[in-house]
Amino acid sequence: MEDKTKLELKKTATKVRMGIITAVSSAGSGHPGGSLSLADILTFLYFKEMNIDPKNPKNPDRDRFVLSKGHCTPALYSTLANRGFFPVEDLADFRQVSSYLEGHPNMDKVPGVDMSTGSLGQGISAAVGMAMAGKLDNKNYRVYAALGDGELEEGQVWEAAMCASHYKLDNLTAFIDYNGLQIDGNITEVMNPEPIADKFAAFGWNVISINAHNFDEIEQAVNKAKAFKGKPTAIVAHSIKGKGVSYMENQAGWHGSAPKKEQAEQAQAELESYLKSL
Amino acid sequence: MSEKMATRVAYGKTLAEIGQDENIVVLDADLSKSTRTDFFKDKYPERHFNIGIAEGNMMAVAAGLASCGKTVFASTFAVFAAGRAYDSVRNSIGYPHLNVKIGATHAGITVGEDGASHQMLEDIALMRAIPGMTVISPSDAVSTTALVKQAAQMNGPVYLRLGRLDVPVIYPTDTQFQIGKGVQVKDGKDITLIATGMMLDPALKAAENLEKEGVSARVIDIHTIKPIDADIIIKAAKETGAIVTCEEHNILGGLGSAVAEVVVKNCPVPMELVGVKDTFGKSGKPADLLVKYGLTAENIMEKSKELLKKK
Repeated sequence: MEDKTKLELKKTATKVRMGIITAVSSAGSGHPGGSLSLADILTFLYFKEMNIDPKNPKNPDRDRFVLSKGHCTPALYSTLANRGFFPVEDLADFRQVSSYLEGHPNMDKVPGVDMSTGSLGQGISAAVGMAMAGKLDNKNYRVYAALGDGELEEGQVWEAAMCASHYKLDNLTAFIDYNGLQIDGNITEVMNPEPIADKFAAFGWNVISINAHNFDEIEQAVNKAKAFKGKPTAIVAHSIKGKGVSYMENQAGWHGSAPKKEQAEQAQAELESYLKSL
Repeated sequence: MSEKMATRVAYGKTLAEIGQDENIVVLDADLSKSTRTDFFKDKYPERHFNIGIAEGNMMAVAAGLASCGKTVFASTFAVFAAGRAYDSVRNSIGYPHLNVKIGATHAGITVGEDGASHQMLEDIALMRAIPGMTVISPSDAVSTTALVKQAAQMNGPVYLRLGRLDVPVIYPTDTQFQIGKGVQVKDGKDITLIATGMMLDPALKAAENLEKEGVSARVIDIHTIKPIDADIIIKAAKETGAIVTCEEHNILGGLGSAVAEVVVKNCPVPMELVGVKDTFGKSGKPADLLVKYGLTAENIMEKSKELLKKK
């Protein structure tokens, strides 16, 4: 990836992170930790990779993205807003009764959202259905999904994984946001889903492991997935929960709680300072 | 009325008939020979997908296909469609109001020998509680065919409640049906028997027997439980003054409840609910089970006569 492109992606991802903090702190609730860990992947997909058009969000030929870890709406909404699907200012109304920005993704209300999700394990199944439709219609669009590592504890993920390899859905790529933490603590202590890469390989997937915060690695993995025929690809993305906000990094406590006013100001100041340093 | 056919068979044959529409995709969960989606599979194998024994996955896969413009029929037994896969149906199909038709076969007690684990008696209650879900429970093969065709034409989620057992063909082939519009199968002025699904046949027999005893019983087929035909129910309440509902379902939350919701608000009249009385079923021959749980013309007649005393 060219340095200039990478710099722009880093800047955009930082703005996406600032939008995450705005949304969650305005709402007084929401899920910042897993949103911040996913921000670089979403930025790459929506600003570099996916064939999407904010002016025509329902284009039948578009690439699709399913946020299977549906609680991370702050990341998805901030990415979509920064990409021009709706005003960035609306992030401040996240989760309010007057707002269209539901706590979990709603495909009928929010422009750019391809599937309503929230009950873990179902989004990946829906992504499988989208990939099947693409094959049926001989369309070239690709389907992306993002799952949490804790989400892998849901049995339906593995039903979907079996189905995707059975039908050779090489137009499907699933990112596993492997930040190692879930609400109640370390994933290995709550209910160990490891070894994650081996499990997807055993279910018949092409598996690539990357650093979720390195745009070169994200791009290379996505390109490998596109070139790989006959199997879906799982990109096991090693990430840092709360990435970009010092006091949130690697803290399970920030899975589903919002920063107070001063904490939010500190987070924004840190992100602002990083943005200027780029 | 000698001809018999299970509504699941009519469903499968109808899918094969309308399958020329290339937008239709059929999913099954390792039960295609029982749900009879095999009829479609034989003609259109490229649009029939076996999802394996994974009903929750199947419903959300159906949602993904529907989000890309497909008309999806997802089939399995009612106990798995409405029970095991409830969360996928609610969140992935119902909430985004996607165009998935759930073909739920083997509903009710007449599953028979497989017993309580497979006898779905709560699906009407579960499915009608999902906002925007249309719930259809046809009584015979002719109405099944007509309603499946209409379901395919409408946009939005539909739950189709179908049976395993061969049941009499009640309607002439050319009968017109409309989703959401009940059918007055027989007129009467003293009492109304409102039935859904396979209970229409015993309700009609009960009405015939009541006539012999001088009671004029109206019979209504509520093939669409949601949206329910309030007009036909209110008219019956006003004109006959007593209603007996007949369903192969728990009396909690099913047809009887749906009818009562209309009656209580608009024209309160005495009611009796014939159905399974808040209990699980058991193994047995379907005919024996219908007798055991009171799902017979005799019991409908008896309950009607008791109700008439309260008028």
